[in-house]
Amino acid sequence: MSGRRVVITGMEVLAPGGVGVKNFWELLSGGRTATRRITFFDPSPFRSQVAAEIDFDPEMHGLRPQEVRRMDRAAQFAVVAARGAVADSGIELDSYDPFRVGVTIGSAVGATTGLDQEYRIVSDGGRLELVDHEYAVPHLYEYLVPSSFTAEVARTVGARGPSTVVSTGCTSGLDSVGHAVELIREGSVDVMIAGATDAPISPITMACFDAIKATTPRHDEPERASRPFDGTRNGFVLGEGAAVFVLEELESAAARGAHVYAEIAGYATRSNAYHMTGLRPDGAEMAEAIRVALDEARMPGDQIDYINAHGSGTKQNDRHETAAFKRSLGDHAYRTPVSSIKSMVGHSLGAIGAIEIAASALAMENNTVPPTANLHTPDPECDLDYVPLEARDQLTDAVLTVGSGFGGFQSAMVLARPDRRVA
Amino acid sequence: MSTSAVVTGLGVAAPNGLGTDEYWKATLVGRSGIGPITRFDPSSYPARLAGEVPGFVAQEHIPGRLIPQTDRMTQLALAATDWALRDAGVEPGELPAFDMGVVTASSSGGFEFGQGELRKLWSQGSEYVSAYQSFAWFYAVNSGQISIRNGMKGPSGVVVSDQAGGLDALAQARRQIRKGTPLVVSGGVDASICTWGWVAQLAGGRLSTSDDPARAYVPFDAEARGHVPGEGGAILIVEDAAAARRRGARVYGEIAGYAATFDPGPETGRDPGLGKAIELALADAGAQPSDIDVVFADAAAVPELDRAEAEAINAVFGPRGVPVTAPKTMTGRLYSGAAALDVATALLAVQDGVIPPTSNVEPAADHDLDLVTGEPRRLPVRSALVLARGHGGFNSALVVRAV
Repeated sequence: MSGRRVVITGMEVLAPGGVGVKNFWELLSGGRTATRRITFFDPSPFRSQVAAEIDFDPEMHGLRPQEVRRMDRAAQFAVVAARGAVADSGIELDSYDPFRVGVTIGSAVGATTGLDQEYRIVSDGGRLELVDHEYAVPHLYEYLVPSSFTAEVARTVGARGPSTVVSTGCTSGLDSVGHAVELIREGSVDVMIAGATDAPISPITMACFDAIKATTPRHDEPERASRPFDGTRNGFVLGEGAAVFVLEELESAAARGAHVYAEIAGYATRSNAYHMTGLRPDGAEMAEAIRVALDEARMPGDQIDYINAHGSGTKQNDRHETAAFKRSLGDHAYRTPVSSIKSMVGHSLGAIGAIEIAASALAMENNTVPPTANLHTPDPECDLDYVPLEARDQLTDAVLTVGSGFGGFQSAMVLARPDRRVA
Repeated sequence: MSTSAVVTGLGVAAPNGLGTDEYWKATLVGRSGIGPITRFDPSSYPARLAGEVPGFVAQEHIPGRLIPQTDRMTQLALAATDWALRDAGVEPGELPAFDMGVVTASSSGGFEFGQGELRKLWSQGSEYVSAYQSFAWFYAVNSGQISIRNGMKGPSGVVVSDQAGGLDALAQARRQIRKGTPLVVSGGVDASICTWGWVAQLAGGRLSTSDDPARAYVPFDAEARGHVPGEGGAILIVEDAAAARRRGARVYGEIAGYAATFDPGPETGRDPGLGKAIELALADAGAQPSDIDVVFADAAAVPELDRAEAEAINAVFGPRGVPVTAPKTMTGRLYSGAAALDVATALLAVQDGVIPPTSNVEPAADHDLDLVTGEPRRLPVRSALVLARGHGGFNSALVVRAV
């Protein structure tokens, strides 16, 4: 079964700036940003007061009132994205053996927003150590265990095969899709509904990133707050969202005449074994993940046309991954456009890796590299081509997308046109 | 022919025993770790029993600087990892860093740590929230901390599928072994016996409200009425069989087969997926039902779930066709730690040729199970099937086999 090749045949994206793939791509290709002063709660007590929020009405996107009640916002995103991806792919899941259709959803922080709100109630504003169960919502258990996200998606698409949540912090999105690819390759399943979701914009999340000064304190121009690779950057901007894909084996996708966005040709994850939040400047472990992903794709590094960076907008990240690209791709790193869509849609923790896979596939689809917005002042230590401000039209046949996260996880994925020459 | 993945080390932290030897001795004599909750005053809640890990003093097992930045479940996991590595005779510093990975299961993360910080947020203000909150509670924390403490840079991961997760993690460890990583630390350790975790678990509607430790968690009994939660679990060292053989490691057994399925919604009227998971796991192991010497049951102790599990077992093995046991009646249900502990227990059963009993249960006749109760049953155990189900419809089945 090792010859099985896995392709993306359907996708849906919920990202700040607009729900749906079309809105998402218009934002990215236009170099527009969706960061703003937080509206979900009063951000004035916080050091960081900016986020990339989605204006999302779940019932407008087909969720019934009881579905809305029992699901945290992140689960709602996942279900809407999964339904959209299945519709986009044109796949008739009823015609498959349901035990050979599985689901993986990535999430770094689960139902953290719902848990924050519910804790405030059952503890009566933090007053009660013995929190009061009489005030708990009936579906609090589903908030406790983020596996409920995958359960909701599996139910809604009728999948009965291997299904799980993958939760590796900020690489969850890449690792969830990577895990799904492995299941198809090994022959356990034929179709995977795979992606990631997170809706972390809540007081507890803002407070915990404030405490380590990971998020930017820049308030004056919220739309310019996220500045990856810029010399004036000083932290990331929290975001939210989801992206879900339909993944299937190349030959069966071709047999049903499916539109193929891209092949997921290679994937790998490694750990830095260094620090829960810190990064060694040499980028050695991310470089190793990139090397293994390229090897799995049987692709020399110089065939990469575009690097979709993690680009969170913290100094340590931007320098770490710049080093990793040079270490893994050599001189080709200097010739390859690198950009961070977090400059436009913020950092949605576990979801962003999947959203960035979508951006990578759309870059291939449109032969256009999305820009890094807000990049005006180069950082001498970040000396690659970061595609400042404006999208660039160029033939894009192969994309490297990477993620780096708390816990030390470093992941890399190679997307490519399936009709490329394979070494 | 795929690479074979074998287990060479066990680290156990269970309510009825800290360390593998203590746990196994207690389990064979039917000594339970379930009792009244001591970690908080449970009197205002409808459920008041739990399986707490007794006598675990984190300072004795892990560096002091890690204590303020870790939840109890991470402290237990780090200690269990040390024990498992020692049991396997592995010194991580002597192995290439990229040759070792970590794949754990989680269900609710470091929930007790999170409660403390939520309380500070809402009662004192956001500036009082700990710098450690950003990583102490999230689901990836145990894999991250284990990899850092032991210098393991290979492929790592975290799966969350409620109580099925322990098996899913071991299956992912096997997958990484097959893809070329020689050693993977795997399993699951959980703890959320705090008031906030308790209220969330109560909302799930499956907790036993009995105050009698001997009768509160009695799966497959006519009086089954929910479960008692516990804390703890097991960490296992999974290795490429050839690599383990080369270094002369003692091998507990092979992870021979695995499969996972998902249940349809109750409104569909279709059968749950546990039976299919059993069939697929046996096929994956190349095993016939008659090859299986014991089944470690999920043992939900919710009447309709017990019935569904008994039907799934009997559909494959026939009525009373295979010994079935659920030693988790002595620990409570450990969420992501449960199935990892069951796999460790199954491997000990293989090693010692003895099936540990299900304590406290009077098997209901209509389930038609050969449930091992009372005394442990001595017989050669070559292959064991471990079952686990997670809230919402997750089913996993895993076969371990003597090598």
